[in-house]
Amino acid sequence: MTAMTKGSGNGPVGKTGPAAAPPAEPTAKAAPSSLSSPSAPDPKRRGRAVRTHLPSSPWLFLAPGLLVVGGFSLYPFVSTVLNSFTDKRTLIDGQWVGGANYQELIHDEMFWIGLRNSALYVLGVVPLLVILPLLLALLVQRHLPGITFFRSAFYTPVVASVVVVGLIWVWLLDDRGLVNSVLGAVGLGTVPFLSDQWLLLLSAMMVTVWKGLGYYMIIYLAALTNVPRELHEACAVDGAGAVRRFFTVTVPAVRSTMVLVGALSSVSAFKVFSEVYLMAGDGGGPGGADTTLVMLVQRVGTGLSGRVGYASAISVVVFVITLGLMLLVLRANRKEDS
Amino acid sequence: MSTLTASRRGPAGPGRREERRRERLAEKQQQSGRRVPVWQLVLRYALLLAVFALMVGPFLWQLSTSLKGPAEDIYSYPPKLLPGDPTLDNYAKVADLIPVWDFALNSLKVAAANVLTNCVGASLAGYALARMRFRGRKAALVVFVMAMLVPVESIIIAQFMTMRELQLNNTLVGVLLPACIGAMNVLLMRNAFSNLPYEVEEAAYVDGANAWQRFHRIALPSVKGTLAVVAIFAFMGAWDDFLWPLIVLSDQSNFTLTIGLNYLHGTFADNQRLVAAGTIIAVLPLIVMFACLQRFFFRGVGEGAVKG
Repeated sequence: MTAMTKGSGNGPVGKTGPAAAPPAEPTAKAAPSSLSSPSAPDPKRRGRAVRTHLPSSPWLFLAPGLLVVGGFSLYPFVSTVLNSFTDKRTLIDGQWVGGANYQELIHDEMFWIGLRNSALYVLGVVPLLVILPLLLALLVQRHLPGITFFRSAFYTPVVASVVVVGLIWVWLLDDRGLVNSVLGAVGLGTVPFLSDQWLLLLSAMMVTVWKGLGYYMIIYLAALTNVPRELHEACAVDGAGAVRRFFTVTVPAVRSTMVLVGALSSVSAFKVFSEVYLMAGDGGGPGGADTTLVMLVQRVGTGLSGRVGYASAISVVVFVITLGLMLLVLRANRKEDS
Repeated sequence: MSTLTASRRGPAGPGRREERRRERLAEKQQQSGRRVPVWQLVLRYALLLAVFALMVGPFLWQLSTSLKGPAEDIYSYPPKLLPGDPTLDNYAKVADLIPVWDFALNSLKVAAANVLTNCVGASLAGYALARMRFRGRKAALVVFVMAMLVPVESIIIAQFMTMRELQLNNTLVGVLLPACIGAMNVLLMRNAFSNLPYEVEEAAYVDGANAWQRFHRIALPSVKGTLAVVAIFAFMGAWDDFLWPLIVLSDQSNFTLTIGLNYLHGTFADNQRLVAAGTIIAVLPLIVMFACLQRFFFRGVGEGAVKG
């Protein structure tokens, strides 16, 4: 069987021309393994040689997906960029105003507050979301009785809606809520978690971390199974303690996963909306001091008097910074590699 | 070639397996011998329980609050986790104040539709990308990858304008549409199809099956696992979504649960029992679903992380 398909695959290669022929790949001879690989050159050639479908079929298959993705993702992106150069409003078609929106941004105090809060959010949340889930994964890694139960339990906050999670913590951190009644009993008095500008931002960060722990824990668990046990044992024999082994064996082995988690969590932290919106209210806390960039987009751009052009300019800033964050993290990874 | 490896492995097989099993047994004994320190085990479980209290406790506290009647002090110290006189009154009251069951139904409609559109759309597109050869395939792939890189938050205003133009703002269809075929799901399905062996489909082709038959009779049943992952995450994504429905919905009769909860919180903030009951209504279905299907939830995280 293998030999047969092999032959029928190799024959027509010449017909598809040199452009399609990938650089000589003798390893493709190991047919069974190369078949399972998506990028294996062998099956591709075979498919092209014998057309197994009508020319229109692929486009019929792709049509719904391309339509949705193009219409509700790429087109809005282009129109966001274009709108950011106009003074368009929800009910009024705008005029081209060049960079006026961006100029206004620079002098808009609210924009800087939003930028600061979103940036603080990244700084506060990301280190915790890179380290804590790793420790958690180490805790649930070993197959003790009941460990699957604990793993699932730690994942529960991920499953819940951010609205549910936010409201649960609003109640817990209320002036008369559970946390404050415990703190009061210890003699610490009432801590204004939800009314002080900085404590509020900090509380929202904690909620984000709490909700994200389980998700990143699962990612780390998958990575940890690839850490060879022999390494740990060799280290233990050499007298390295648990802490030492963590830094010399575990961390290097999961470093690329840590970078991935860093990238994922920093992008989502910068775009934070729901946690702060729910805990601070749509005004964004005392005097709007806890507004994040995405909250600003929502506040400025929606409603009947929404300033679409200006909100689009903020959106473009959000996009550029998230992309920059992603590139930054990935580049840091590459530098360490070399 | 296959006979060669077989003959090589043949005689040595059982002996080796036996050996390996013994090795593993010894390793286990050694492990348990070394790791049995009871204090370590106790410490481990103590830590597990502490984290458990931290991660699940807040949900239990919310549940407890929602079951406490008006006569019971919810601010008492020391806090009482078990309600003295549990009652479902708060759930009935919440349904009186806001149409919470209608909101739940709206959420269910959007989530179910989202599952359907994502499963169908993503597997169709994924199959074409993985199994068909045509001019423009690379370009189509690039379109999906690019769409995945655009954060929803940065195009949400433009999406809102599009919905206005289509007269779909303030409708459930408007809530559904932007995410109804996720680019990421398309790429997940493409991967799943690419990992299938070609031979079966080839045989079907030889037997005269056309592209559609090969897709839905042969390929699709083989990727049920990934399809389940797509379905679950589509459901969860739609049920939990907040920012987009908040922007697109303005009329209470079309609210989904998350928006309804936000409204409840804004309007009856001082009645914690009611808000608690509302949140439990919103979260319980997902927790039940998670308890039944956790395998797929965890698998989805793995696959999503590798891709995204």
